Amino acid sequence: MIGQALNRVDGPLKVTGGATYAYEFRDGDQPLYGFVVGATIGRGRITGIDTTRVESSPGVHLVLTHQNAPAQGARDLSVPFEYWRAYPTLSSPDVHHHGEPVALVVAATFEQARTAANLVDVEYAAEQGSYDFAACQDQAYAPESLIFGIPADTAVGDVDAGLRTAEVQVDEWYTTPYEFSQPMEPPACLVVPDGDDLVVYTSCQIVDAARASIAATLELDPERVHVVTQYVGGGFGSKLRIHGETILAAMAARALQRPVKVALTRQQMFSSVSVRPTSSQRVRLGAERDGRLVAIAHEVTMHTNRHVEFIEPTATATRSLYAAPNRLTSTRLVPLDVLRGEDVRAPGEAPGLLVVESAVDELAHALGMDPVELRIRNEPTVDPERGVPYSDRHLVECLRDGADRFGWERRLPEPARRRDGRWLVGYGVAAAIRVHLQGPTKAAVRLGPDGIAVVESDMTDIGTGTYTILTQVAAEGLGLPPDRVRVELGRSEFPPSVGSGGSWGAGNSSTAVHHACTALREKLLAAASSDVRSPLHGLDTAGAVFSGGSVSIDGASEALGEIVTRNCPEGLEAEGETVLLTEEPNYGAYAIHTYGAHFAEVGVDADTAEIRLRRMLGVFSVGRVLNAKTARSQLIGGMIWGVSQALAEEGVVDMRSGGFVNRDLAQYLVPVHADIPEIDAVMLDGFDDKANVLGVKGLGELGICGAGAAVANAVFNATGVRVRDFPITIEKVLPGLPLTEV
Amino acid sequence: MLRWIAARRRTVLTTSKADETDIEPGLRDIPELSMITLRINGTKRDLEVDTRTTLLDALREHLGLTGTKKGCDHGQCGACTVLVNGRRINSCLTLAVMHEDDEIVTIEDLGEPGHLHPLQAAFVECDGFQCGYCTSGQICSAVGMLAEAAAGWPSHATADVSSSQIALTDEEIRERMSGNVCRCAAYPNIVAAIRVVAEGGPT
Repeated sequence: MIGQALNRVDGPLKVTGGATYAYEFRDGDQPLYGFVVGATIGRGRITGIDTTRVESSPGVHLVLTHQNAPAQGARDLSVPFEYWRAYPTLSSPDVHHHGEPVALVVAATFEQARTAANLVDVEYAAEQGSYDFAACQDQAYAPESLIFGIPADTAVGDVDAGLRTAEVQVDEWYTTPYEFSQPMEPPACLVVPDGDDLVVYTSCQIVDAARASIAATLELDPERVHVVTQYVGGGFGSKLRIHGETILAAMAARALQRPVKVALTRQQMFSSVSVRPTSSQRVRLGAERDGRLVAIAHEVTMHTNRHVEFIEPTATATRSLYAAPNRLTSTRLVPLDVLRGEDVRAPGEAPGLLVVESAVDELAHALGMDPVELRIRNEPTVDPERGVPYSDRHLVECLRDGADRFGWERRLPEPARRRDGRWLVGYGVAAAIRVHLQGPTKAAVRLGPDGIAVVESDMTDIGTGTYTILTQVAAEGLGLPPDRVRVELGRSEFPPSVGSGGSWGAGNSSTAVHHACTALREKLLAAASSDVRSPLHGLDTAGAVFSGGSVSIDGASEALGEIVTRNCPEGLEAEGETVLLTEEPNYGAYAIHTYGAHFAEVGVDADTAEIRLRRMLGVFSVGRVLNAKTARSQLIGGMIWGVSQALAEEGVVDMRSGGFVNRDLAQYLVPVHADIPEIDAVMLDGFDDKANVLGVKGLGELGICGAGAAVANAVFNATGVRVRDFPITIEKVLPGLPLTEV
Repeated sequence: MLRWIAARRRTVLTTSKADETDIEPGLRDIPELSMITLRINGTKRDLEVDTRTTLLDALREHLGLTGTKKGCDHGQCGACTVLVNGRRINSCLTLAVMHEDDEIVTIEDLGEPGHLHPLQAAFVECDGFQCGYCTSGQICSAVGMLAEAAAGWPSHATADVSSSQIALTDEEIRERMSGNVCRCAAYPNIVAAIRVVAEGGPT
């Protein structure tokens, strides 16, 4: 059952419009509608808000501003993870970035709220803000450490000496832009007051974090906050924590004692949620003529909002990717008055590998060596910075298998040599590596007298397939057909998890469910073997087999439902859990990652420099696969994110206000159908016994890791033009195009 | 109605100014409601809506038909695609009051679990979605698109625009479906699902 390409169990609901997302719940009275008003300056103070015209606007029930918002808890840095911390909103007249909420207008209808929101008169004392990342590099500082206490900087050997002695060197600067998650479902919530309690239907990736953050902000007992997140219309990091929309709806619902719902507009998603920080990265590589690296240096500078430090771990993948005796990585932050950074899909690897894997291609070109071969020659035997063995590293197999499937041998090493009509055609390759993480997650499995198992966890399914994979794990764990398993997720009264994010959701939750099933089997066997009415009474349970909804021992068999009916008619339940990786010895003793190799073919119009992806293949090593269908879909989705990162996405800051100017889906470009050709993802058979008992690792982010670099390298191979300022757009390629023969 | 439009126009014009005292206060208080009858999924539905209510919000907020999704409210993502008189439109870009007597079909009418429309079944089988939020729009759009192609409407990807026969290649499908954004990027699987149905595959 585990691994099979089972169709999504929530598929029929999703394709018929029957899956209910946060904004769509109805609970209690007709809800009121809130509309957020954002700041029109990037830095300064509100000196006055006149709400008289709003309050007399038809249908308006409440206008919340910093003048009447309740006191809120502060963001407590002693809470270890940001997403669990308070998110004070309208808590002061200070403006920390353009678009920060300055008011919430609550009215009887959406139309009334939206119209009234235009009537809020806000006066500001604007101050000169810092919005220009490039111009503020002299203000860069070194953060204390990265997430989990990982060092911000590392050094092994002597990089400068290594580079001096290297026969071939690459020393280049690259930049990556601001990027946005932009899930299809905007951040949205419905908050229903219930006495002193709040029921919060919200679109989030981590229910436990949402509950903690709401409770900390509103200074409530977390037990009084009930979060419901049944379906999430995409997150990609932007819903790891709740933002102003949820806090504002909760404050309004409490004040009015009425249900209130708030959704951000698409435009507001570019100004009041979060952004992937922009970066400047210097990569220095030194190699011998045979391709062996003697020095690797990856120095990263990114923006952070001045008031809320966020550090994307952009150089960490470089620490584990290739062998070299002399190594250096560093992380610096430039404080700006721009929207706060938060995790966006594959935080760190996405911008880091885009750059490093471009630099490795530059080295291959400088060496005159095949870039697949160059990577294979630098395969480390142990993690080169931590000195520990890899748990289950198969990068070389991914590269070889991918090259074979893709027809890599047809690549012409010299750039701008292959033509197909008006198209210059190029091939590119890049490696993928993504750290595997584990966090604390609990799940309960309850078997009813009807023989149906119900899995409960506050874990979420954000399109990742959690409902489906947990169905498979429980079905296998209890020997049930999958239609005898029901998975219920996303409610804060269920056992807590660390949700969906960091590619750890599948590993955490499937391991927890597996443990719960193991414990439940023990309980069932104990009940049956000690029950004189059971055909299994007194038998040695060591050889018990669970299959088809029954348990058998030496030819004797009994249906699970009957064991439950006789012994505990209310149902038999067991819990399983995972712990934080710092408490799991394997995560210290081994370097645990997932791996992959991307191969891309692009066409570049010889006259206009229009870039089209023609085909793409990824081969991945992810340990054991839980569901071949949903896993492949996630990997392909990630690869397309990489394509988009290389060729399209870029948030552009207005240097006068610090806001983003291209704040909608017509101007912030993401791929559409016509941009994406045939793409395939292949997974190698695997089982990482160091990761967890199921041998499973997450893959929601692996697909994007390095994918953009494969595209960038293909553009170079097609044209001979190396663009180091992402995204690669027409105007950057056109001036360098080879002259076409007339 | 005309008076209201005049008042609205003044509001819009003046909100960009610091001083809006020239709006006549009485005009803003006029209830801007309209009784309409919509024919949705074969059923007549009477409702009273604010004249500013989009067809999308009428479906989601007034009629409880939340299968149609709001992704951008600006016609840029396609999540709100429904069929009006057999043609696909962005329901966020049209007002409910404009659709008296129109035949409106939403995702809820195409099929239900256990009795899926062939496209719905193909989306499940081909895994043509992940989060599911663009899915209703993709499927309604595909229904409309297949009808357009069958009627011989050419697209940017059509080699011979004078031909009345459209060969529904993958390139044609991609071009014609490009108004429907999928941020999970299930595009290859969506195209595969539509191809199955276009080729008269399993239903």
